[in-house]
Amino acid sequence: MTTDLISQAQTAILEPTGLQLHHLDAALSRLCRPGVDLADLYFQHAKLESWVLEDGIIKEGNFSIEQGVGLRAVSGERTGFAYSDELSPAALMQAASAAAGIVRDGAEGQIAIARQQPVRALYPALDPLASLSREDKIALLQRVDQAARAQDPRVEQVIASLVAVLDTVLILDDQGRLSADVRPMVRMNVSVIAEHQGRREQGSCGGGGRADLNLLLADDFWLQLSQKAVHQALVNLDAVDAPAGSMTVVLAPGWPGVLLHEAVGHGLEGDFNRKGTSAFSGRIGQKVASELCTVVDNGALPGRRGSLSLDDEGTETQRTVLIEKGVLKGYLQDRHNAKLMGVAPTGNGRRESYAHLPMPRMTNTYMEPGQDDPEEIIASVQKGLYAVNFGGGQVDITSGKFVFSANEAYLIENGKLGAAVKGATLIGNGPEVMTRISRVGNDLQLDMGVGVCGKDGQSVPVGVGQPTLRIEQLTVGGTHA
Amino acid sequence: MPKSAASHAISNDISTDISMTEQQARIQQIVEDLLKIAKDMGASAAEAGASQDAGLAVNVRLGELETVEHTRDNSLGISVYFGQRKGSASTSDFSPQAIRETVRAACDIARFTTEDPYAGLAEAELMARQPPDLDLYHPWSLDVAQASALCLECEDAARGHDSRISNSEGASLNSGSGVHIYGNSHGFIGGYPFSRHSLSCAVVAEDESGMQRDYWYSVDRQGQGLDSPRQIGITAAERTLARLGARSLSTRQAPVIFRAEVASGLLRSLTGAISGGALYRKASFLLDHLGRPIFPEFVQIEEDPLQPRGLGSAPFDNEGVATRAKALVEGGVLQSYVLDSYAARKLGMQTTANAGGVHNLAIKSGELDLAGLMREMGTGLLVTEMMGQGVNRVTGDYSRGAAGFWVENGEIAHPVEEITIAGNLRDMYLNLIAVGSDNQLPGSTRTGSWLIGQMTIAGE
Repeated sequence: MTTDLISQAQTAILEPTGLQLHHLDAALSRLCRPGVDLADLYFQHAKLESWVLEDGIIKEGNFSIEQGVGLRAVSGERTGFAYSDELSPAALMQAASAAAGIVRDGAEGQIAIARQQPVRALYPALDPLASLSREDKIALLQRVDQAARAQDPRVEQVIASLVAVLDTVLILDDQGRLSADVRPMVRMNVSVIAEHQGRREQGSCGGGGRADLNLLLADDFWLQLSQKAVHQALVNLDAVDAPAGSMTVVLAPGWPGVLLHEAVGHGLEGDFNRKGTSAFSGRIGQKVASELCTVVDNGALPGRRGSLSLDDEGTETQRTVLIEKGVLKGYLQDRHNAKLMGVAPTGNGRRESYAHLPMPRMTNTYMEPGQDDPEEIIASVQKGLYAVNFGGGQVDITSGKFVFSANEAYLIENGKLGAAVKGATLIGNGPEVMTRISRVGNDLQLDMGVGVCGKDGQSVPVGVGQPTLRIEQLTVGGTHA
Repeated sequence: MPKSAASHAISNDISTDISMTEQQARIQQIVEDLLKIAKDMGASAAEAGASQDAGLAVNVRLGELETVEHTRDNSLGISVYFGQRKGSASTSDFSPQAIRETVRAACDIARFTTEDPYAGLAEAELMARQPPDLDLYHPWSLDVAQASALCLECEDAARGHDSRISNSEGASLNSGSGVHIYGNSHGFIGGYPFSRHSLSCAVVAEDESGMQRDYWYSVDRQGQGLDSPRQIGITAAERTLARLGARSLSTRQAPVIFRAEVASGLLRSLTGAISGGALYRKASFLLDHLGRPIFPEFVQIEEDPLQPRGLGSAPFDNEGVATRAKALVEGGVLQSYVLDSYAARKLGMQTTANAGGVHNLAIKSGELDLAGLMREMGTGLLVTEMMGQGVNRVTGDYSRGAAGFWVENGEIAHPVEEITIAGNLRDMYLNLIAVGSDNQLPGSTRTGSWLIGQMTIAGE
């Protein structure tokens, strides 16, 4: 891909507004007063189209455009931030003055702009909204509806949605570095309700990535989503009460990697560790997990939901080893926290939009595969729980306590899968649970592309993954004591 | 430098009011223009909501100013109807050209949606033709220095409270105000200015047992309505210190008190389950429960959208329908669902003015304070924090992470963490034993603590 992303971003964002590079340079100069050691301008133009099918009809469609610019000036630990959804020279200068207000007035610097092209693009700079006709988008949702209903007569309600986003960003930082990224994203969600003899249960599944809508058509990906949603609802129709108490838990590969996101990932974000408020603070070089565990965050995987060619500060993303054979190796860094901690940024500076400050965030977080056959891992358990799918999770960074909620799980009895059990929350302490991982499968899978991570009120798309894992002693929050 | 909330500067000068009136008139004009453009483009009906707000967010950490954020947000959303087909679009750009393009985008979308017999505006006769002034607008002309002084006072109070307070995430002040406008092709257009101010503090405590973090906050329409910075800081410190030394419990059955701040979550689960979207999709454990007992007889739950200065107050809902106070639960019996006009038509009922959600929810308090509830419980669990989602709205199955205190003979024995509590919301509601008188939480929901009969606690 040799598209000139900077020109493409300038055409999408600056041209319609009359803003030119010298206006950006003037605003940057105003931001970079003496005492400011990090600053940036972040222009964004995002357009989104979504469709919702319910009751067999296309009920909702929405189109939206959001654009604006966020300006930041950082001095030591101090940050000033202002943004504007009006893109004009006056608005830009006004926001620059407001953001730079954290330091004393002083002479404005002069910075030469240098264009930085990304070394490698992880996704095509194409508009996913235009990748299928509206007729085809609607037909696709109708096929999902028909397939779900045809799969089993107990399916009573189907809600299917399709979202395509094109996000174009242009970043100018205090080094004069001008960079751009054009980021497509698509996602489909299927949610079904099945009913049998007066009992109702829900199942849902979603997927997508940084690609155009043909991703959903390839290998009948849409059909897999529909089938998995129906399967989950049907399994839950027969589910019995979940057990309560501490027991051996086997996690299926893929999305259950939300364990790593909560138990490890958040606690290794640079801001919490700079401030010393994480349960992992000051523990680099220490053993924090069983030696079977190697956990990485990798924003550089092609086309994944959590991937970025450049992060939101213009830093190229990378594969960062967080835990290697059980030993804590590194943190996730944005420019600000990296500078304060005296390390290099890791390409994890992310923000929800121009109206939010960047901070260290995960991209795709997963555990590298081990040696064990997944079936043998299940067979090795006398009595326990096999959790296949999860809703979301949450973590208390400081105490290390985390939860994640299973919505498809089975009992394991004498090495064999038994009855399906109702949804239950699993709870543990991150640094402790990681030391109790006793078997790691050879079947690493990444999730299907559905994760949204929330931190300080900001949402960003992320990916997770893992091979099959056996954990000794995890608390399962069922009702059956 | 202000020393307490009582001396907070309140601005109500004429110039601010005039500029807000002008801003409101300008956005009202944008909405009117937009409805006219939709009509010109052939839409048989249209509705639009717009808001514009601006504010300041300041954070102080370890005695130093950390972040200053100047916020300014525009949003505009439109839905158009061509007969029974609907299309929607939104933008953050209020320029005439962007607005025209947004209406066109909504019209284009409507060419592809399906005829839906239930689609459309809320009924014209339900519009809030004479919306009351709910006194929701109290701008606070704080500069960065004043805001950081309040934060500093708050954080200092927390850090100075006990030597075990070892670290801090800081104190934050958020102050903002703006205007909200809604109009539709019934000829209804209404709007009001609003403000919202909050001060919060989060600190870390440490002893030989490890680190714990907790926080506290205050939020109000008026700056002078906030609790004193010192009080917020001390409460944050005390909540954090109380968690030190927390341990897990063995798996058991026990009664549970949900302290007020987590009891409000049980109320939100209720309004979720009786919301129109959950009901017409048959995705609610309270399906077909209207007129049936879902709580013991002493329970009264009501919504009061017209409370002056209320944080959840609104004179009309997201469809322009006049709001009014109503009982959701009376004598333990479910009296009303919470519906917008679409769900109402699907269910063969009338909208309850809840497009966009519920406004100011309250459950009637009983006689006992929290200490009284603990004595009433005897031995059991006092929950002060919940973690994770773990609530299945379709079945009512409930399983969430929890932290709090183990109570023996009516007295706190020790803090607990790393446990889950599980049950089914239908049973939990029916097994509600008492609601406490401790109903002074910040925010728009008013509830005391709830004492609930046996639940399953899972732990080590």
